Amino acid sequence: MAKRIDVSGLAAYYGNTPALRDVNMSIEARSVTALIGPSGCGKSTFLRTLNRMHEVVPGARVEGKVMLDGENLYSPGIDPVFVRRAIGMVFQRPNPFPTMSIYDNVAAGLRLNGLAKKRSQLDDVVERSLRSANLWDEVKGRLRRPGAGLSGGQQQRLCIARAIAVEPQVLLMDEPCSALDPISTLAVEDLIAELKTRYTIVIVTHNMQQAARVSDVTGFFNVESHGEPGKLVEMGDTSKIFTKPDEKATEDYVTGRFG
Amino acid sequence: MSRARPDTKTTSPLRSGSSTGAGDRVFRGLSRGAGIALLGIMAAIAAFLLIRGLSAIQGDSANFLTEQRWAPKDDPPTFGIAAIAFGTVLSSLIAMALAVPVAVGVALFISHYAPRRIAIPLGYVIDLLAAVPSVVYGLWGIRFLVPRLEPLHQWLGAHLGFIPLFEKSAAGSRTMLTAGVVLAIMILPIIAAVSREVFLQVPRDHEEAALALGATRWEMIRAAVLPFGRPGVISAAMLGLGRALGETVAVAMVLSPRNVISLHILNPEGNTIAANIANSFGEADDFARDALIASGLVLFVITLIVNASARLIVARRREFAGAAI
Ligand SMILES: Nc1ncnc2c1ncn2[C@@H]1O[C@H](COP(=O)(O)OP(=O)(O)O)[C@@H](O)[C@H]1O
Ligand SMILES: [Mg+2]
Repeated sequence: MAKRIDVSGLAAYYGNTPALRDVNMSIEARSVTALIGPSGCGKSTFLRTLNRMHEVVPGARVEGKVMLDGENLYSPGIDPVFVRRAIGMVFQRPNPFPTMSIYDNVAAGLRLNGLAKKRSQLDDVVERSLRSANLWDEVKGRLRRPGAGLSGGQQQRLCIARAIAVEPQVLLMDEPCSALDPISTLAVEDLIAELKTRYTIVIVTHNMQQAARVSDVTGFFNVESHGEPGKLVEMGDTSKIFTKPDEKATEDYVTGRFG
Repeated sequence: MSRARPDTKTTSPLRSGSSTGAGDRVFRGLSRGAGIALLGIMAAIAAFLLIRGLSAIQGDSANFLTEQRWAPKDDPPTFGIAAIAFGTVLSSLIAMALAVPVAVGVALFISHYAPRRIAIPLGYVIDLLAAVPSVVYGLWGIRFLVPRLEPLHQWLGAHLGFIPLFEKSAAGSRTMLTAGVVLAIMILPIIAAVSREVFLQVPRDHEEAALALGATRWEMIRAAVLPFGRPGVISAAMLGLGRALGETVAVAMVLSPRNVISLHILNPEGNTIAANIANSFGEADDFARDALIASGLVLFVITLIVNASARLIVARRREFAGAAI
């Protein structure tokens, strides 16, 4: 089930341009880690190195290690396809498959992974995932309707349901609420609190109140100037980062003096 | 509207003055005139064709819709579109069956598999091929393809001859199959070029959604690219089908025509409306020309039906197609 992540000496490049350098980080199993920092500091890039999505950008590459319970995701024998099956991801913009029904969206991962067995089992997983994503009551009467017909907040919860249907070991979320209204945002935050009992969650957010509300640990990324690679400035318990961080840059950022 | 409003006439800057609209009015007049003239010309052409075609049909001693022979110069004139309409549809179906899967494969290769330095030149080549005139394909078909498809005809006839479609009872490879292959090669570039454009427009979001779920590249294509591209591929296929249905020269050159309804695609028999027009027009007298016009109108109706059904298919998928088309 939930696993821990240990990142060491991580650098990420787009072509020859470095976007991140020398990141070292430990993420406990069954915790919520928030990543904050000004825009362009490499939060999304970092998140995407954790499930090997970074390399789907043409020319992008990664150096360093990401250990998932002691196994390096970047060692030669590892298939990124299996990494992504074990580490789910929710994107900034809700992206349900527009041509698929709500049901098929949730079942998509199971079907891809060849886990779809019998119809009734699939039905069970779809219902369980939608319940976990707090969406079941809103969509149970229209599972065969297209997922694109839902509201933005519902679509994002559908994407969460899709990600957790395959029982991933880690759930990565890249600003999952930035396109949502406040009520949907609350729904997703509640959901994160429930999910953390079962999953290791890493969430990127530009909203500091949100980081403070949902996370146990917070990491602050920063970039010296535009075009420089971003780096992890400081990481620690969320309460500490928001009250008395060690670094001046962190304090300036969380108190709203820049970024 | 008609209520009197005293002092707005000269003061309000919102009222259009006579000086600003001059260019607009000239342009509006020109474009309206051109539109009306065009519609008028088209109506005149349609009326001319209809009158000529219908007068030929009235002079037909056979049933125009069910007669297979095309002999408008006989006494009495005997001609019908049954065989050539059937052949038109059959050759185009063969072409579609061969061309669409290959074209989609080529388009996917260019858009999602090939590295940039291969994909870009390949894209240019496809665009170039789409612009080759059909007479070139016809010449190539008759000089190159016809002799080389002879062994294939023998082989198919010998091994699959028990299926009526592949029954071979007459020698030669100037057949519906060969015509279908030439048509397929002719329409492949346009289908591939349009499909590639559509596949390139698949939102990155959708592709990443699939990849992040642990899809392989092919699974990603099935989950995100093909569903998004389906309406576009259908449109592309219809574009190709329209070209295949109306193709004159290439089919006329390759096919050894015999006006019968026949599913035996390995026999040199069958004919298409367009090829029949190309073959017969030269030695036709006035009446025979009117008969050919009537067959041309039937081809037009077939093309219309094909396009309308394609639109229906695309429209039915629209609810699930998200942003596509
Ligand atoms: N697809 C890409 N190609 C090239 N550069 C990119 C790409 N995505 C992000 N970058 C660059 O990498 C840096 C970090 O970006 P990102 O990880 O998106 O930051 P954040 O999520 O913190 O706003 C930025 O300088 C950005 O311009
Ligand atoms: Mg980002």
